[in-house]
Amino acid sequence: MIRYLLARLLTFVPTFLGVTLISFAFIRVLPGDPIIVMAGERGLTEERYAELVTQFGFDKPLPVQFWTYLTGVLQGDLGVSYVTKRPVWDEFFALFPATLELSLCAIVFAIAIGLPAGVIAAVNRGKLFDRALMSTALVGYSMPIFWWALLLIIVFSGNLGWTPVSGRMGLLYFFEPVTGFMLIDSVLSGQSGAFGSAVRHLILPTIVLGTIPLAVIARQTRSAMLEVLSEDYIRTARAKGLSPLRVNGLHALRNAMIPVVTVIGLSVGTLLAGAILTETIFSWPGIGKWMVDSIFRRDYPVVQGGLLLIASMVMVVNLTVDILYGFINPKIRARK
Amino acid sequence: MSVALRQGPLAEFWYYFRENRGAVIGLWVFAAFAFVALFAPLLAPYDPTQQFRQSVLLPPAWIAGGDWAFPLGTDPLGRDMLSRLIHGARYSFFVGIVVVVVAASGGILLGLIAGFSPRWLDSLIMRLMDVILAFPSLLLALVLVAILGPSLTNAMIAIALVLQPHYVRLTRASVLSERTRDYVVSARVAGARLPRLMFVTVLPNCLAPIIVQAALSFSTAILDAAALGFLGMGAQPPTPEWGTMLAEAREFILRAWWVVTFPGVAILVTVLAINLMGDGLRDALDPKLKRS
Amino acid sequence: MALLSIRNLSVEFATASGSFRAVDAIDVTVDPGDILAIVGESGSGKSVSMLALMGLLPWTATVTADEMRFDGKDLRAMTPRTRRRIIGKDIAMIFQEPMSSLNPCFTVGFQIKEGLKKHLGLDARARHARALELMEMVGIPDPVRRLSAYPHQMSGGMSQRVMIAMAIACRPRLLIADEPTTALDVTIQAQILDLLTALQAETGMALILITHDMGVVAETARRVSVQYAGQKVEEQPVGPLFATPHHPYTSALLAALPERATTRLLPTIPGVVPGQFDRPPGCLFAPRCAFADATCQNTPPPVQPPAKGLVRCHYPLGGPA
Repeated sequence: MIRYLLARLLTFVPTFLGVTLISFAFIRVLPGDPIIVMAGERGLTEERYAELVTQFGFDKPLPVQFWTYLTGVLQGDLGVSYVTKRPVWDEFFALFPATLELSLCAIVFAIAIGLPAGVIAAVNRGKLFDRALMSTALVGYSMPIFWWALLLIIVFSGNLGWTPVSGRMGLLYFFEPVTGFMLIDSVLSGQSGAFGSAVRHLILPTIVLGTIPLAVIARQTRSAMLEVLSEDYIRTARAKGLSPLRVNGLHALRNAMIPVVTVIGLSVGTLLAGAILTETIFSWPGIGKWMVDSIFRRDYPVVQGGLLLIASMVMVVNLTVDILYGFINPKIRARK
Repeated sequence: MSVALRQGPLAEFWYYFRENRGAVIGLWVFAAFAFVALFAPLLAPYDPTQQFRQSVLLPPAWIAGGDWAFPLGTDPLGRDMLSRLIHGARYSFFVGIVVVVVAASGGILLGLIAGFSPRWLDSLIMRLMDVILAFPSLLLALVLVAILGPSLTNAMIAIALVLQPHYVRLTRASVLSERTRDYVVSARVAGARLPRLMFVTVLPNCLAPIIVQAALSFSTAILDAAALGFLGMGAQPPTPEWGTMLAEAREFILRAWWVVTFPGVAILVTVLAINLMGDGLRDALDPKLKRS
Repeated sequence: MALLSIRNLSVEFATASGSFRAVDAIDVTVDPGDILAIVGESGSGKSVSMLALMGLLPWTATVTADEMRFDGKDLRAMTPRTRRRIIGKDIAMIFQEPMSSLNPCFTVGFQIKEGLKKHLGLDARARHARALELMEMVGIPDPVRRLSAYPHQMSGGMSQRVMIAMAIACRPRLLIADEPTTALDVTIQAQILDLLTALQAETGMALILITHDMGVVAETARRVSVQYAGQKVEEQPVGPLFATPHHPYTSALLAALPERATTRLLPTIPGVVPGQFDRPPGCLFAPRCAFADATCQNTPPPVQPPAKGLVRCHYPLGGPA
């Protein structure tokens, strides 16, 4: 187990360096001089330009610049936003809880529906429920979620008026963020109706962001279950006279979970990509919208820092999934 | 079953593919999509950019206020929805083809090299692919487009680059499992040179999973290109690309549902058809699932 | 009264190319404490008939029987839930592949204790004590440590011992062993068979041993039922069967035993068991039978009286008995 962990950690290092290198290269391959872009419409004097070049270290050779950047990154220095003049790190952490809250809700939504649906479909293989569910899952998997979002807005916000169109909280309520999670902060604020408002704002974005992971999880759970259900040890479990619930839900699912956990872990990348679209459509103040806005504003330090942070996050999650995989698969865990 | 096995591999493939009803439907829809894409100028009633100022935001013809001159209605600038959708098929089809060809050829080449090269080069290539895969695909495509400038061509380059690591991984994995097989060893012993070994001996036996991946990335490419278009980083207006059309229609969603609904349905149906086909391909090509 | 009595059991599988009859009008009777061996080649439907009794067949199988009673209770009339109170408690089964028959995600202890909780309702401490006792009964060394081991950490022989421990956990009255030694090394095979017969003698349970190995039959069984292509072709106590086989198939099986060989080359039975598409119209064994004539080819044989070992044959061997 420890060797497995170490080996896994060791591949993490070069990948992280590569990700850093790409985000470093990003600002240097941009067309045009980044300092001119930064200065914007007003322009710069010759002296001020030279001063800035020195300040940003653009006069030094590239390897030195990369070293400076890398050591900065490792100390949490990701540069300063051109637009807000605030450190990228601070901006990221102010916005991250919003994305995390939405992503968690989406993944919980996806697992809560996708996992049982996949199990039931596999157990009833070839029957109507199975075919209906798998067709639906394929539609979900093929869904252009930005259009799906618009459609839901038309129906639920427009025609029915059940849910708000955008944002995280109704305008009637205001409170200082404590945890950054609206569901928690609204309760802490003690304002009546705030929690309900937070929930209503979450519903549509959760569905939109959770749709593709839901489809993927349902499909994967079903195929993993089908494979497991034909195993000899399932026959053994049934020969013990155990109930179908225990045979399918414990003996089969426990084994089917091994590939499914991997898929859930890998859907974090999908989730963050989906967050870019979902947050933009619902004006959700998270890092996805932040990235898109920064790209449009040509706020390159933010794009650079955000890219690095998001990629690192995906890598950390993938690493965690691998470790988790080791824990739920006794064949790996037992390897001392 | 024995009947199918005695025929050629293509006939055998078709035998298994045909058993999957969804896949056959997907194939037909895809064929229709390809037909529309190829003959769009002949099929479309109007030029996709022609503006009929006197008939702005007309609803579809079967709804009160609609006009059979514009069967699916008109958009906010008075352009015919049907014509725009038909021409949009061209862009999506084009994006799919170009992305798959670029990503697959690059990925297969790199994968073959990685599979056949010494350890250090293999590790270098694979770590590089890990790095690309660490970025959410849409985000990386977005940033690449931001660097290269927003256009459909740049969007295609970006999407191809992002999808490419999947081909590298697949090819390498198949190469590694094939390389130790007897037929490869005997070809090597017979004096086959490395390029011949790579492309003639091994590659044809690695194609099954790559073909499936090609079908799946065709649909991913269409989705991602539409998403980039929707974010304003893909095809630029007035190009009738489906994602771009959705972006233009966004502010009218509560007033004119058809300008939003139809482009989305077009994307969904196309992607769904390709995915159905891809599932069928996988079942037909995967020997593990074949019933003996 | 018989512990298990099955009359006219048939099992059909729905396949892509039509339905396939894997078990055809089988009768099985087992008394308490009896040891019955069911013998036959691969594909003779030995396992399927027992899986049908256990209710373990996939949904593509259709099971029909005139009678299926265990301990006087009609298994056919039971709801699945009631039936599951018998399966795993009073009737237990072990399988051919011990390595893949244990769930890789749970410890051996968990899998043994599971049945104890379900059928006997023992508390955690009693379950643990009983599990240790069982591990000792089946001869597993270091039982405390083995209880927390995972199946992949054990050898095939050990896994089969665990399977046996699981099967006898609730003191079943009937144990069905489906080729329990086929997948094991030759030296281990003998140990497992000895263990099974010893446990049978100790607990007094009835044992049905499914095997294709006549040598195993001679050493362990009291009565033998020979199956061929889904049908029972002969049934006799083990002594008379070996002395005077009445069915040409049984005779050929016995002739193929190395210790009975009279020539330097071991005799074999030519051909294979008929499959779904090449079922002969008459006696199923006719195409491979040395004694077959036109009647055998065209007319299904009758079942002869018990004196003739209940054989399905037009011309039973062994004289007028």
